[in-house]
Amino acid sequence: MTVHDLEQNNPNALEARNMSVYYGSFRAVKNVNLAIEKNRITALIGPSGCGKSTVLRSFNRMNDLVPSARVEGEVLFHGENIYAPGVDPVNVRRRIGMVFQKPNPFPKSIYENVAYGPRVNGWRLSKREMDELVERSLRGAALWDEVKDKLNQNGLSLSGGQQQRLCIARALAIEPEVILMDEPCSALDPISTLKIEELMFELRRNYTIVIVTHNMQQASRASDYTAFFLMDSDRAGQLIEYGPTAQIFQNPKDERTEQYISGRFG
Amino acid sequence: MAVTDLQKQSSFLRNTREKLIQIALLLAATVSILTTIGIVFSLLSETIAFFSEVSIIEFLTETEWTPLFSIKKYGIWPLLSATLLTSAIALLVAVPLGLVAAIFLSEFASDNVRRTIKPLLEILAGIPTVVYGYFALTTVTPFLKNFIPTLSIFNSLSAGIVMGVMLIPYVASLSEDSLSAVPNSLREAAYGLGSTRFEVATRVVAPAAISGIVASIVLAFSRAVGETMIVAIAAGQNPRFTFDPTVPVMTMTSYIVQVSLGDTPYGSLSYYTLYAVGFTLFLFTFILNIFSYWMVRKFREVYD
Repeated sequence: MTVHDLEQNNPNALEARNMSVYYGSFRAVKNVNLAIEKNRITALIGPSGCGKSTVLRSFNRMNDLVPSARVEGEVLFHGENIYAPGVDPVNVRRRIGMVFQKPNPFPKSIYENVAYGPRVNGWRLSKREMDELVERSLRGAALWDEVKDKLNQNGLSLSGGQQQRLCIARALAIEPEVILMDEPCSALDPISTLKIEELMFELRRNYTIVIVTHNMQQASRASDYTAFFLMDSDRAGQLIEYGPTAQIFQNPKDERTEQYISGRFG
Repeated sequence: MAVTDLQKQSSFLRNTREKLIQIALLLAATVSILTTIGIVFSLLSETIAFFSEVSIIEFLTETEWTPLFSIKKYGIWPLLSATLLTSAIALLVAVPLGLVAAIFLSEFASDNVRRTIKPLLEILAGIPTVVYGYFALTTVTPFLKNFIPTLSIFNSLSAGIVMGVMLIPYVASLSEDSLSAVPNSLREAAYGLGSTRFEVATRVVAPAAISGIVASIVLAFSRAVGETMIVAIAAGQNPRFTFDPTVPVMTMTSYIVQVSLGDTPYGSLSYYTLYAVGFTLFLFTFILNIFSYWMVRKFREVYD
């Protein structure tokens, strides 16, 4: 077997090994071991402050933007530790995209929002190729039909749900392998939320999705795997239980998981 | 019954006091507006007096300005060209340096560095302009003479450069404010798409802050047009229609200084030239301010 075959057979897109995250001297996340399976939707759930967003942000080194943040342990992507010395976080983020809690389109046209990623990544595309990429990305985000006649309009003129799908299209345009979503529906109405969830199922065919959500119903109906986090007595977040979503919600092994999903706290 | 009377009395006193305070505040606000109207009115009436003796066509087409000589000519162009030339040189210095400083402070500097450098820059804005003027005349001009031997003692080049240095803090500080006001979520979005720090600053943050940046440039321009001491000291007193930065020229403001200091008799035509030039200057900065107001409104993005 060649290295390439090994890679092909690796079922995991991302794997955190004994990962801890610190903000200054405060340990926000403690010893997380978590393997994210390819082409699946993995939901990270837990009460506020349990470190689930911090874990998500360590998967594409967004925590580097916080000056005091520090990560220990490993996060493997294609067998390579993204925190190894010499790894450029810019390259990591080009392959592991992110969608944020609040829709944050650039104050540019819809077209330019989508074209931004390929442009900064130095893709040399002809006008026609770029048009096609923009269309493909907008179709991928189920937004094309709504905006195809107004690609030159400012992205901020769209509704909240459309803006969030524009942000997804923008992330798709650089053809990442993994898409991290940090509570992508928390600022949206129920109909927009449903659209994004349907979209996630579509995207699963070509992408691996990790989603942080506060909404338990969302985790149960829209994910394949669920990871439950909780903070311990020093307020450090820990992974309590991880498994197929059906099992976590119907037959949790840990008592604390059972208490949380049945709404007894959090 | 007695209690009700008491309540009535105290509420009457309170209402009267509130009214008085309101009137006092309104008066304070009106004073500045009335002053502006008064200035415009006096400028305008004296300017009209000037144009009843000199045709507006001569004022706008003649290329010589000699109101204090025996052969009097009243063309604004020599003064206007000098003002535009010194201001343009100043902007060539202030805009690039100011913007680089602003982007550095907002996007690259650590909190500590920013806390040290910003006050230092603001000290630059606190130096009296007369000091800048002598700095231009006694230090910058002799230094530039090493490279440009034909440079006159008085010239628009060194006056413009020093004026530019004076304007750096204006451009830097205002631009930095509008760069810092760009929401962090946009930076995160850009980083999340694999942008480098430089790309985030130049392709996302700066374009999003463009209205504030343009406003800072226009403000700097309008400040340069109105700047008096530096050009009066270092640019010369020779009204001539030229865009050569190495020779002495006379800006609109320098002319006003010259006439105000000299013994020009009150009510004479040369006295009225003061107002005609002053009004032109006012019109200039007024249009610039309107333009900057319009730019800010047109390009401002509203983030919720």
